[in-house]
Amino acid sequence: MTKAFTLVALAIALVLPAILPGEFYTGIATQVLVFGLFATSVNILAGLGGMVSLGHAGFLGAAAYCYAILVATYGVGSIAAAFLTLLFGAGIAALFGLVALRTRGLSFLMITLALGQIVWGVAFRYTSLTNGDNGINLPAEALLASTPTARYYLCLAVLVIVLACLFVFMASPLGVSLKGVRDQPRRMSTLGYNTWAIRYVAYIISGVVAALAGILYVQIFQFISPHAMSLTASSEGVLMVISGGIGTLFGPVLGAGIVVLLKNVASAYTDRWPTLLGLIFLFIILVMPDGLLPGLRRMVRRAITAFSSYRGRSYSNTSQEAH
Amino acid sequence: MSALEVVDLAKSFGGLHVIHGISFAVMPGERRLILGPNGAGKTTLFNLIAGDLNPSAGKIVLAGEDISSLPSHRRAACGIGRTFQILTLFANETLIRNVMLAALGRSPSRWRPYRSMEADGELRDFAMTILKKVHLDHISKRQVSETSYGERRRLEIAMALAQKPSLLLLDEPLAGLSREERKSVESLLNELPRELTILMIEHDMDVALAFAERIALLHNGKLLVDGTRDEVISDRRTREAYLAQ
Repeated sequence: MTKAFTLVALAIALVLPAILPGEFYTGIATQVLVFGLFATSVNILAGLGGMVSLGHAGFLGAAAYCYAILVATYGVGSIAAAFLTLLFGAGIAALFGLVALRTRGLSFLMITLALGQIVWGVAFRYTSLTNGDNGINLPAEALLASTPTARYYLCLAVLVIVLACLFVFMASPLGVSLKGVRDQPRRMSTLGYNTWAIRYVAYIISGVVAALAGILYVQIFQFISPHAMSLTASSEGVLMVISGGIGTLFGPVLGAGIVVLLKNVASAYTDRWPTLLGLIFLFIILVMPDGLLPGLRRMVRRAITAFSSYRGRSYSNTSQEAH
Repeated sequence: MSALEVVDLAKSFGGLHVIHGISFAVMPGERRLILGPNGAGKTTLFNLIAGDLNPSAGKIVLAGEDISSLPSHRRAACGIGRTFQILTLFANETLIRNVMLAALGRSPSRWRPYRSMEADGELRDFAMTILKKVHLDHISKRQVSETSYGERRRLEIAMALAQKPSLLLLDEPLAGLSREERKSVESLLNELPRELTILMIEHDMDVALAFAERIALLHNGKLLVDGTRDEVISDRRTREAYLAQ
């Protein structure tokens, strides 16, 4: 069923720009992909590693700034800038991980919040480099793809590759170990696993994926400001993961879809869209506590079971009547 | 050379002294029982040996190597395996995946970020061999959450065995088991290879005394009596501190 769902979702994603009524909606679909990638990076930490971060937008924003500064200020080519930004993302995650992973649980949450705010503060105050609150505009020639449709397919390709890699990773010994460290850290340590090192590797991988999302973010908005790395942005990432299905492969992308659609579409009809967003999250948490995707999966399974038992009953009734 | 030597080991939590200068040695292949009333410091002693806790003083020597300052994952690599009094299994995984994960702990391929763990045929075969040893091979694909308490106790032992330890620490392996389940775990303990050195905490005296060759009796964090099974049982202090309870 998962394979069929994946193929259907991929087929829809491939033809979506042709179906959507205009560039505005293609832009929104592209945003879903970018924020889906960002939510996936949060999911690697929170879902697989059990480490909920409230400063993850810092990686996205720092990477977006790095790319924008490299191409707009220093004239570096867009592909070279993208590679350098990924290295930068890995470096900053390696550095922050050394600090954040000294803690667990609530302390980890607070440390990551503080680290995210430091990055936000640097972007806000270091005006000579970041242009402060005004942000940095990206010239059209500095983009990796020139048209909205090309940008959509670029983002889709990156997301599909990352999800495919994550699928392989989740089943690999390292991925299984990461989940083991999340569930039974003491047992894992007694079994010979260096739990700190496993969490550190996951932190860096997550940072690199967030940096990738940052590169794509600056492609679609052609602008980066401290707002992108605010506490609200980090919290939204966590909400996307929780609402879509924490620890699942596609759940965070689904969660990103809900948030982005509500922000962009519902806000056109009502100023009270954050209330609507809150109500939807409340509904999801109450009705499907483990997230939308696992909840829907369960509902489909129940429906299939109910349908099969109904068919079985009606078949036996028919047989009895025939006898 | 001793398989394990504990020298003047002490552990304090603030002003609370839990272990006071304990010293004893365990020979290779020996079955040693750690006895004592609740609060005697038995599990703390296990936690110190396994590296879950750092000693306040003293040292722990495993096969001639001082491991006192090593973290628990490095001690596991040195050959220490353990089971827990409170079950610490991966409840949402199958039995075979639990054992595979345990077996991977000492293998360099635990760092591999690609190729499914399930696809490793050698690892799977090894895990099945271990499950066969503890008589759980017939339910290897069952989720841990769907097994009985006795089966989970045996899985705890299987996971420790999968690490190929030279020293096995068994923390109350019979706790919470029915009479039938106890018999099953008892026969499993008797089937463990002789070259394996075993330290066991157990309150079921019938099983424990039949299993042990030597006994160390702890009381209020101190080593009260240490000797052969008969010496310890006949000692007046054993009756006063433990058997009288």
